[in-house]
Amino acid sequence: MLYINCPHCGMRSQNEFSYGGDASVKRPELNKEISDNEWDDFVYNRKSLRGKHLELWQHISGCRQWIKVERDTSTHEIFRTFKANEEIA
Amino acid sequence: MQKYSIFNLVKNAFSNHQNWDLAWKDPTPKEEYDVVIIGGGGHGLATAYYLAKEHNITKVAIIEKGWIGGGNVGRNTTIIRSNYMHDENGLFSEFGMELWRKMSQDLNYNVMFSPRGIINLAHSDAQMNAYARRGNSMRLNGIDALLLNREQVKEIIPMADFSDNVRFPIFGGLMQPSAGTARHDAVAWGYARQADSMGVDIIQNCEVIGFDVSAGKINGIRTSRGNIKAKKVGLCVAGSTNILAEKLNMTLPIETHLLQACVSEPIKPVLDNVVTFGAGHFYVSQSDKGEMVMGGDLDGYNSYAQRGNLPTLQHVLTEGIAMMPFLSKLKMLRTWGGIMDMSMDGSPIIDKTHIEGLYLNCGWCYGGFKATPASGWTFAHTIAQDRVHELNAGYSLNRFSTGHLIDEKGLGTKTWIS
Repeated sequence: MLYINCPHCGMRSQNEFSYGGDASVKRPELNKEISDNEWDDFVYNRKSLRGKHLELWQHISGCRQWIKVERDTSTHEIFRTFKANEEIA
Repeated sequence: MQKYSIFNLVKNAFSNHQNWDLAWKDPTPKEEYDVVIIGGGGHGLATAYYLAKEHNITKVAIIEKGWIGGGNVGRNTTIIRSNYMHDENGLFSEFGMELWRKMSQDLNYNVMFSPRGIINLAHSDAQMNAYARRGNSMRLNGIDALLLNREQVKEIIPMADFSDNVRFPIFGGLMQPSAGTARHDAVAWGYARQADSMGVDIIQNCEVIGFDVSAGKINGIRTSRGNIKAKKVGLCVAGSTNILAEKLNMTLPIETHLLQACVSEPIKPVLDNVVTFGAGHFYVSQSDKGEMVMGGDLDGYNSYAQRGNLPTLQHVLTEGIAMMPFLSKLKMLRTWGGIMDMSMDGSPIIDKTHIEGLYLNCGWCYGGFKATPASGWTFAHTIAQDRVHELNAGYSLNRFSTGHLIDEKGLGTKTWIS
């Protein structure tokens, strides 16, 4: 069982969350020319890192907020959690 | 190579089976090969076998970080089927079914292929319609498919829950009678033994740490046991694809996820077929030892851990018990996890890359085991001829940017949702 520290609600079990994928993916800026390759990278291509991975989760059975979680994909250890709009150094 | 036969079995009995040849050698890596296959799993071993057998290319090495057959070919639920709707998947998998049927003879190794049939259960009228459509598509591609009504399903699997007040009543099902199971380890060992006998070097405990690429062309690989020159390199590393792709500065439409399976204690024969639950993701068959072999959803987050978490297992088995209530009475014998190369449309990639001499085989999602022979055969063709075969032409790497996706389930790019 993973335990995720929701920045809004505190420590909860993974059963309350649903996964949202790689949080480092950025949608292309819509007000400039976007190439097919840029869309390709945004929609399909993923680094799928082994080790520290910043990802989105939604506290779907709790506050329903989207959050960011820094988690190790080889040990499942969770290091830090952030609000969705928080800038991460 | 010593042939496995009743004659040799009797002969070796006189020396207490102490004098059998080794099934494959343990060579030190040579300086150079025509083709290096990275990954000594089912697909890698099959590729090497078909390179030697179909294309007469025997200066081949298989480079394996651990031991051969220790990854997903050693930890799957052994289901073999070709019940796909899309032409690309159907024709590819049905070609594989042909190879499965003669595999034991081809490899002189009993892979215990058992065409016991697979039944996908339907739990609504809409699902019956969808199955009718899929069944018709299958038949158009020459694949056997039977649409069963509730009574016909009940005759085959009376132990399923046919009571009236269930959340997901069984309306019927789609059956592929020629689908089945096989002994997964034997597939890896059979391919390894034959490939070795034709001159392929199987190099275990050898980790790839880098690639030697210059002017857009591959020249070789760097490994924990030294540099190896190669004219061509094929990647067959399933869940580790992204790790190697990073060393090549490639970002792929693949994510690595965790999938669990489990077996119950062995019981007397009760289930003749492979059965899948249609209102979720759960499948079950009974092994020759009597264990109920079960699996279902991914754990649902990126992972390289090869070990699972209980919530998913509980969720999957809840579906199993809804389908066949007697399963709740069984003790769990063993659970395990493996890491899947989940592609963004649920279909695999067997293709050339932008680097000359580098070939890619990945994206097998839930269905890598059954594809082993067809994947090896088409990948060997792609490498040997430097062009894709018509069977794997649809499994191109650039289909994502051109929009020619093969999304059998219509799930989109959230690979962890099923």
